[in-house]
Amino acid sequence: MSENSTSKKMLSLVLLAAGAAGLAVALFLDFSGSGSPIRGTLLIAGAVALLVGMYLFPTVEHHRSIINFIFLFPLLFTFAVTVIIPLLLGIFYSFTDWNGIKFSGFIGFANYTAMFKEPAFIWSVLLTFLFVVFNMILVNLVGFMLALLCTSKLKGVNFFRAAYFLPNLIGGIVLGYIWQFAFNNVLVQVTSKLMGMQNSVLANTKTAFIAIIVVYIWQYAGYIMLIYVTGLTTVPKDVLEASQIDGANALTTLFKIKIPMIASTITICTFLTLTSAFKQFDVNMALTNGTGSVADFMGSYLTNGTQMLALNIYNTAISKNNYALGQAKAVLFFIILATVSIIQVRISNKKEVEM
Amino acid sequence: MEMKKSKKIILTVLGIIVAVYTLFPFYLVVMNTFKNANGIVANPVGLEGVSFSQLMSNLSAVVNNSNFNFWYAFGTSVIITVISLAVLALFGGMAAWVICRNKTKWSTVIYMIFIASMIIPFQVVMLPLISTFRDVGNFVGLPLLQSIPGIVFAYCGFGGAMTVFILTGFIKGIPYELEEAAAIDGCSPEGTFFRIIFPLLTPVITTVTILNGMWIWNDYLLPSLMLGQNGKVKTLPVAVQAFVGSYVKQWDLILTAALLAIIPMVIIFLVAQKQIMNGMVEGAIK
Repeated sequence: MSENSTSKKMLSLVLLAAGAAGLAVALFLDFSGSGSPIRGTLLIAGAVALLVGMYLFPTVEHHRSIINFIFLFPLLFTFAVTVIIPLLLGIFYSFTDWNGIKFSGFIGFANYTAMFKEPAFIWSVLLTFLFVVFNMILVNLVGFMLALLCTSKLKGVNFFRAAYFLPNLIGGIVLGYIWQFAFNNVLVQVTSKLMGMQNSVLANTKTAFIAIIVVYIWQYAGYIMLIYVTGLTTVPKDVLEASQIDGANALTTLFKIKIPMIASTITICTFLTLTSAFKQFDVNMALTNGTGSVADFMGSYLTNGTQMLALNIYNTAISKNNYALGQAKAVLFFIILATVSIIQVRISNKKEVEM
Repeated sequence: MEMKKSKKIILTVLGIIVAVYTLFPFYLVVMNTFKNANGIVANPVGLEGVSFSQLMSNLSAVVNNSNFNFWYAFGTSVIITVISLAVLALFGGMAAWVICRNKTKWSTVIYMIFIASMIIPFQVVMLPLISTFRDVGNFVGLPLLQSIPGIVFAYCGFGGAMTVFILTGFIKGIPYELEEAAAIDGCSPEGTFFRIIFPLLTPVITTVTILNGMWIWNDYLLPSLMLGQNGKVKTLPVAVQAFVGSYVKQWDLILTAALLAIIPMVIIFLVAQKQIMNGMVEGAIK
């Protein structure tokens, strides 16, 4: 037993020493700019040796703390590197003339003032708000009605449920192209016969915007429906029976009992539709790529008639290579999203209490 | 509550109409992969021009296309998704357990940061993320961009918050007495976690895996930025986007590519329909 623990102690100390040495050498190679190909492997091996050494370290009273550290480390490390550091850097870069690789100086709020002088950006912001409002209402309405249908005593509700949910499985890029085909090659044949519209709905800015909303409802309503279905099944049966005995008709039951009782579900669904509609990118890109002409907006002619905020940010940075401006827009986007979601949660909580 | 027969019929018809609407695009994809380019343009809806040999030639045209490189993109997507999900389940479970069972100021702070971070949109971190990964990768000599480990690392970071959030909610409900009993029997803390807690997490890890899996498999923006649109390593959505870009309006090829991208998801859905639908709902409610 004691021999075992001595050898364990030795192993632990050797690993700790080797790990520290490995890290030190790797970092030395990094800083000296040697470009040696083994330095990456050495860094990882050093870090792993250090963690294993810590794990084997023979201590009773601190063992739990060591385990806590080792268990938390991987997730916290990746989280810090992919979310926290880029977020802080991003806010920092938005005040500089960053070009995606380096920056030469601070320019204060110049990026923020520049974006408000850009009619195309203001158009994107307004369009996004409009899109969010439409979606929040329509997706919830459609989802809720489908949920009522799927909780009724019809034959085949399981099939309906699966069929309505299916679009949610498909990634935005792929479904965007499928719908582009449906609009450009199928619907146009119908509209040209019925109304004499020779062009696809995607060719006109207004109808293209409606098309994006339609596709988005197609994708998202099934998911929202599922959540409402779960909410509706939690409404106790005896309450519904009692209301029926008291002579309430279907509509009264719906508005006076079912809706108030699933208030928390409504909060969740509004929150989900709100945030996801704000962040909409894939469908926007694949369906219209933001194109569409606007004859006159704030005195200029726009070609980004259907471009939502997320796509505008992407294009500003990636296509137009204006990283600092794109980043500043993204920070504003973050602030808007956070504010709107907090307001929504506040209002919903108040409503829930009232109900 | 018995419904009137006429009302039942009306509702069923309504349900079928909506189902036709939601399934119609799938029908379009499947039907048109059986046609050649001219047949698709001439009659995109009907059965005219449908032939099995045409499906085979469309499939082989897409699969053997050197730009699309279907099997390679498919394999890359599978590897990235599977490893990311395994890593998230393991590290997420470990972190959630520590946060939940270790009531200190620090664990509360870490938990709050995780929760707050869920509102951060990808757009605000994506540009500095790429430059950080590029700079750090060059500095330490590890390829973080255009590499599978790099993208798994990023998914672990982005999926971490939601995973921990859902898992902590579940772990809170596991009686602490279980762990105390294990400790009295001489079980180490790590042994307690791996032998007792982790197996109990199976249902909630299924939920988390479904939520993360749907997102990672279909994600376009992160891989397109990290791997590059025409880089060596491509995931399926990135490959579809690049393919469509180079074959504008060649709907026979585009729709066949779309079909190939959809099929894996649809098969998994048909097999695990119940788990997927329940998982999606549980993830949202929590």
